[in-house]
Amino acid sequence: MDTKQRDRLKWRARRGLLENDLLLTRFLDKHLETMDEEEMERLDKLLLIDDNTLLDLLMGRTVSDDPGLAGLIANIRTST
Amino acid sequence: MSLPIRKFDAVVVGAGGAGLRAALQLSEAGLRVAVLSKVFPTRSHTVAAQGGVGASLGNMGEDSWLWHMYDTIKGSDYLGDQDAIEFMCRMAPEVVIELEHFGMPFDRNDDGTIYQRPFGGHSQNFGEKPVQRSCCAADRTGHAMLHTLYQRNVRANTQFFVEWMALDLIRDANGDVLGVTALEMETGEAVIFHAKATLFATGGAGRIFASSTNAFINTGDGLGMAARAGIPLEDMEFWQFHPTGVAGAGVLITEGVRGEGGILLNKNGERFMERYAPTMKDLASRDVVSRAMATEIKEGRGAGPNEDYILLKLDHLGPEVINKRLPGIREIAIKFANVDPIKQPIPVVPTCHYQMGGIPTNYHGEVVVPKGGNPNSIVPGFYAAGEVGCASIHGANRLGTNSLTDLLVMGKSSGDSMIKFIKGESSHKPLPKDAGEYSQARIAKLDEQTGGENVADVGDAMRRTMQAHCGVFRFPDMLIAGVDKIKQVAERAERLQIADKSKVFNTARIEALELQNLIEVAKATMISAEARKETRGAHDRADFHDRPGFVAGRDDQNWLKHTLWYREGNKLDYKPVNLKPLTVESFEPKARVY
Ligand SMILES: Cc1cc2nc3c(=O)[nH]c(=O)nc-3n(C[C@H](O)[C@H](O)[C@H](O)COP(=O)(O)OP(=O)(O)OC[C@H]3O[C@@H](n4cnc5c(N)ncnc54)[C@H](O)[C@@H]3O)c2cc1C
Repeated sequence: MDTKQRDRLKWRARRGLLENDLLLTRFLDKHLETMDEEEMERLDKLLLIDDNTLLDLLMGRTVSDDPGLAGLIANIRTST
Repeated sequence: MSLPIRKFDAVVVGAGGAGLRAALQLSEAGLRVAVLSKVFPTRSHTVAAQGGVGASLGNMGEDSWLWHMYDTIKGSDYLGDQDAIEFMCRMAPEVVIELEHFGMPFDRNDDGTIYQRPFGGHSQNFGEKPVQRSCCAADRTGHAMLHTLYQRNVRANTQFFVEWMALDLIRDANGDVLGVTALEMETGEAVIFHAKATLFATGGAGRIFASSTNAFINTGDGLGMAARAGIPLEDMEFWQFHPTGVAGAGVLITEGVRGEGGILLNKNGERFMERYAPTMKDLASRDVVSRAMATEIKEGRGAGPNEDYILLKLDHLGPEVINKRLPGIREIAIKFANVDPIKQPIPVVPTCHYQMGGIPTNYHGEVVVPKGGNPNSIVPGFYAAGEVGCASIHGANRLGTNSLTDLLVMGKSSGDSMIKFIKGESSHKPLPKDAGEYSQARIAKLDEQTGGENVADVGDAMRRTMQAHCGVFRFPDMLIAGVDKIKQVAERAERLQIADKSKVFNTARIEALELQNLIEVAKATMISAEARKETRGAHDRADFHDRPGFVAGRDDQNWLKHTLWYREGNKLDYKPVNLKPLTVESFEPKARVY
């Protein structure tokens, strides 16, 4: 993974729903710099999810059955 | 250095509802179409629309396009152009049924017809009683619309350029539009998109305000590009606000919260609505509540370190009521305001939602500007649709669910106009020699700037200035001071500096370019608002209210006209409202009471 991956992820955290923008930005501002490749790959996968489904996951209204994603979502949810 | 050139019949900037609907029309006509989008198409802001799309299908009770037209004109406070409004309302059922045939999963009635929801302002028989006119797909109407249109475009071979940002409009010496310059984020290279016809469908610019429900991508790029290319912006003083968004975040708190007993307090803990609306108090209408909140803040009774928000108190309702009736609100408050409403009040503030103004067009989606005595002279090759366009269907205030209707109708209509225009152009008009230079110079300036301004700081100053001086309720002294202030912020925006000068995926550069677009919108809004000496629709001025002879502060004698703001010298011009529909009698301006 090249060094620009962080910037790419930062941009892909730009969403169609304001709520997702806010939750993701808050998390990335704190953690993006220190994420390792595996974590970034997981984030990349999470960001492929459509906005409404993503918001339900980030608000804890639904649960992901992908254990990797579920861990990341839990981190985003507890990051304030 | 000249930029690489890509040639298409049509270039569409924006892949939200409006851009996708137009692109579909063009691709299905067999034309070569490029659609540019900053983000993946289905992540466009249209995805946020929940309420539905308005069309007089009459599935739930008698309805007619003429009633829809009346509601829209009344909603617009008579500033809407009645030809465009008739066109939209007549076309609405057709574009909705079309979407159904494209596979849009609308909610249905038992008999298989599309289910329609009630929505404020939708009426039967010219305001007599409510009618159910809003077609929806659960609470994911925008989402379903984007997915349906995107799939259909893929099938029709529309070519998508995702994570590309259009930079500037290209015009030749005659003023004809020949395409855009655009930046590919992945490579950082700029390219010229040379087209016979160019459509802007870049959405709204709600991010000019500190409190906005709009997603971060809504930076008004189309408006910035148009303004820099000498195109005026129409009616930019009109923005729809919602009384209660979470302060600092913008996420909406539904008005139902006050219905359940939530009350608004100022910094002294005073329930101030008792003073403004002794009978209805916190349940007064949206305008009254917004006005009272803005007045409290202006007079120094706002809460918080900057005294710039109001407190929405719920704790007196008790945990049972909050958990049972308002669970979603508690969740929002905890997540976005960092307070638990069971214990603490939620900081709220009137929040910007929708932009009524935009790039001036007619109902064919053709961009029109004053020229040689004609206020609506067509700019050849240039089109605009969706929230960025101003046909003007929404006038001074948009009726709920009409923006999705607008983007379907105007998206399709501009697509049709472009097809006609493209077929009449045997070849591409030659590009001016310096076609890419302006954009290249803008990027070079950003890279070379030293001792300049920080993007986040300038953006912050802009948003605070707009919110304080040109928000939901406008005070003459604040507007006058606001004009000076925003000009100063705009000067700072001329000297933006970025630390990261790399080419590949440089988000700092993109954000600087976005701010340069937002600042044009901010100037247009402040200057147009200061100049309009009346209250009309969403432009609500403290100094023009309830005067004898004026309906709620509206002045039809002097102000029944559209504003046009030009970037050059911040010049203002005006053009008449078209009160003449296409086939029916005109709806004459009347008092707007609900
Ligand atoms: C929370 C919320 C709820 C709403 N609910 C409703 C509702 O129920 N009913 C209703 O009728 N309306 C509703 N609206 C309003 C409506 O959603 C919008 O007005 C409408 O979706 C705008 O669509 P659009 O196609 O014009 O723009 P958008 O969907 O905003 O799309 C803009 C596109 O332009 C692209 N773009 C922008 N700048 C550039 C650039 N420089 N280069 C390349 N691409 C660019 C973006 O990537 C995006 O693809 C709501 C709005 C909000 C905020």
